[in-house]
Amino acid sequence: MGKKSPVKYFLIALSSIFVFVMLIMPLAVILSEAFKNGFSAYANVLSDSFTLHALQLTLFATFAAVVCNTVFGLFAAWALTRFHYKRSKILTTIIDIPFAISPVIAGLIFSLTFGRIGWAQPILNYFHLKIVFAVTGIVLVTIFVTLPFIARTVMPVLHARGTEEEEAAALMGAGGFTIFRKITFPHIKWALLYGIILCTARAMGEFGAVSVISGHLRGKTDTLPLLVEILYNDFKMADAFAVSTILVLLALVLLILKNIVEYKWHSAKE
Amino acid sequence: MSRIKSNSIIPGFNLSMGITIFYISFIILLPLISIAVVTSGITWQGFLDTVLDSRIMAGYKVSFFCSFIAAAVNCLFGTMLAWVLVRYEFPGKGIIDGLIELPFAIPTAVAGISLASLYSPTGFIGQIFDPFGIKIAYSQIGITIALIFVTIPFVVRTVEPVLKNMDPVFEEAAYTLGASRFMIFRQIILPELVPSLLLGGGLAFARAIGEYGSVIFIAGNMPYKSEIVPLLIMVKLQQFNYAEATSIAIIMLLFSFLIMFAINSLQVYQQRIVQGGTK
Repeated sequence: MGKKSPVKYFLIALSSIFVFVMLIMPLAVILSEAFKNGFSAYANVLSDSFTLHALQLTLFATFAAVVCNTVFGLFAAWALTRFHYKRSKILTTIIDIPFAISPVIAGLIFSLTFGRIGWAQPILNYFHLKIVFAVTGIVLVTIFVTLPFIARTVMPVLHARGTEEEEAAALMGAGGFTIFRKITFPHIKWALLYGIILCTARAMGEFGAVSVISGHLRGKTDTLPLLVEILYNDFKMADAFAVSTILVLLALVLLILKNIVEYKWHSAKE
Repeated sequence: MSRIKSNSIIPGFNLSMGITIFYISFIILLPLISIAVVTSGITWQGFLDTVLDSRIMAGYKVSFFCSFIAAAVNCLFGTMLAWVLVRYEFPGKGIIDGLIELPFAIPTAVAGISLASLYSPTGFIGQIFDPFGIKIAYSQIGITIALIFVTIPFVVRTVEPVLKNMDPVFEEAAYTLGASRFMIFRQIILPELVPSLLLGGGLAFARAIGEYGSVIFIAGNMPYKSEIVPLLIMVKLQQFNYAEATSIAIIMLLFSFLIMFAINSLQVYQQRIVQGGTK
């Protein structure tokens, strides 16, 4: 079976062409378009106060979403895999919902809840809170769309391992936090990191849901992806691509980290 | 293993379950309930008028058709990529492997403007097809290409583990019995891959149906021709027409939950194949 054949070279060539056209060319276009007007124009766009503010907001929303979903993911994984609770399946299905629905609908349900016609609006008014068209809303929808990542990467690992080790530790009198730190955590650390990377990538790039909730207040509620859209629709193509390069750089760093973590995770398993 | 929760000696059930339920209630269920709240204010006739409107119906057609083609194309190329990555060694393999998840890492809006400029009539690829009268950007072909881009990883990554765990003895037996390569692939390998192809294709389809950011730039968004459903919801929202936006969203949610149900069943099956192979 291991014989070399033209089929092999044909398939490798076709795969390489597919990857080149579908993945490498779109990436290359971003760079070539961004520097179209020269380096100083590029530097001007990046040092613009709107760009810096959008970068700041994107990083803040991403950080908040990752922290909240990490804490939730760990508790959810513990609750749903360490105990034989008959409703675990229903809860797991609910956790998957953000993956199943369109980001635009995610934004829609938040504006139906907290927006102008939202039933929660009187409560928010009472406490002088603003969610829709505000940073809080952007953070909330980002949390929503990235909610499953960490829980759903950690859960299968814990599920496959069973509960014997934790039970033994509990029998010997170890407390919950000690059990988690000394027994559970070493097994899930790569899965957790992997989930965090996926969650970060999605959070910083989220567009549809944030677009609905943000109201596009320039310099206030514009994240980097939204700024890219505004510049593009204003026919400032080079500027839009220049702002994109920040996101591309972050994406490539995350992609490399993902591959490293995947490699370490696999070697830890063997 | 069939212990019930009260008997477990592992601590933290109440705390962790409490946090889990509170969090998903606040973040997922509470906002979802709003759909029902708003729906209660819509008349049945109003709902039907919205969702059966010809422009909305055209949107559903475009969304389903383009998503289906994109998922099918990815089934084909995804299987090929998985095959090449599992079975062959060649220089540059690591780069291809590492790039597969690029569409998940690149923000959809960035992918959208990049594809739009690449395939526009003056773009690098678009200008090759323009003289032949083939318009890629601002047509359904463009929408499909954007959807193919964002869903590339799904099929590759579901088919790959199944190919890896496949026992070569059956292929070898067929080979010694004189089967051709094509016969071996069709009759021995392909049947094994069908569940994971359905799963990967289903995941890709589900993602494609809801995709917004990467599509709107290349689509051109012409009514009846290249409007996708998420865009139509967005348009209604920009007109502050919450009732109609919700009506369209309900139909979408219905389909999403149906697809999710099918995927969940397939996932159980896939896990059995992947884990069964390693033991």
